Amino acid sequence: MRLGYPESVKIIRVPCTGKVDALHLLRCFERGADGVLVVGCREGDCHYQSGNFRARKRVGEVGALLERIGVGGGRVRMVNLSSSDAPLFVRAAREFHEAVLAAGPNPVGRRRRPEPAPARAGAPNPPPQEAIRP
Amino acid sequence: MIVAERKPIEEILPWLEGVRSVLVLGCNECVTVCEAGGKKEVGLLASALRMVFAQQGREVNVGERTLERQCDPEYLDELRDSIDAYDAVVSLACGVGIQFTAERYPSKAVYPGVNTCFMGAALERGVWAERCQGCGQCLLALTGAVCPVARCAKRLFNGPCGGSTAGKCEIGPDVECAWQRIIDRLKALGRLADYETLIPVKDWSKDRAGGPRKVVREDVRS
Ligand code: SF4
Ligand code: SF4
Repeated sequence: MRLGYPESVKIIRVPCTGKVDALHLLRCFERGADGVLVVGCREGDCHYQSGNFRARKRVGEVGALLERIGVGGGRVRMVNLSSSDAPLFVRAAREFHEAVLAAGPNPVGRRRRPEPAPARAGAPNPPPQEAIRP
Repeated sequence: MIVAERKPIEEILPWLEGVRSVLVLGCNECVTVCEAGGKKEVGLLASALRMVFAQQGREVNVGERTLERQCDPEYLDELRDSIDAYDAVVSLACGVGIQFTAERYPSKAVYPGVNTCFMGAALERGVWAERCQGCGQCLLALTGAVCPVARCAKRLFNGPCGGSTAGKCEIGPDVECAWQRIIDRLKALGRLADYETLIPVKDWSKDRAGGPRKVVREDVRS
């Protein structure tokens, strides 16, 4: 169909939106992402039954937290659509792009990675793993 | 398990004014299971704190660590080499772990990252309910294993009050009447005769009324 969506959108593939943890979303913003759109399958179509419902709850929770810490709750959004529905994806991506443009740059700024925790050699908890590279 | 709830970040932030490094310290046991203070929650709080500090233009080193338990000295000792890098600790363990961390490292400011609520069990994912108050002298043998101390709003020991209606407690329609539960259980066990046995006046000195408590086992003591 060759439909265009805004170039600033980077696609990160996950097996299911149920895999998208609140921590993944927060780390995106911590590293400077201006917005994250979680695109899940339609309600009732989840291959794992409830992955997209879980994701929606997490997106709601993360949005509320981002709002409270001044980053802005509107920077994270979830849409449900079928993977074969390109026009709907393009519309959602454009709408979200507009919303993020209106919100302006992420006030956290562009940081490469979180401060590593000072861990001893062989300490049981290594610094946070890079789970997602925005 | 000990059930806790995460404190809102707004409550924590004022304690961290002026600090240059803070350790967010989780616990792998009860608070991990009730999703209030395990490694995941440590990551979430640390990430949110970093974003707040970045917006404030502050360079604050936010460390993350989760110990096996914070209520055992052997695990707390694992921090000995790294704790000096931090001005303050936000502990996500229960109140026990928070205090024990502070006792172990007396020069560090240790702040609570959770509200410790009760000893309870998971009814389903995301729902925890109180089951025991640690009264020091367990009565469950007499009550069909339903606790009248933790689950009866009035802590009655010899049957329900007049407010028990259709299995619910008079304090709220969502609260089960513990005594209805006890009677149902005794009936199911064919032990309804036990209901007629009067439970003697309880010795509350073994509960909190006797002041802070301690358990000493000389046989295992080092
Ligand atoms: S510190 Fe608290 S939460 Fe952690 S294991 Fe001990 S009792 Fe459980
Ligand atoms: S009777 Fe006491 S020890 Fe037993 S469950 Fe109830 S509060 Fe806990």
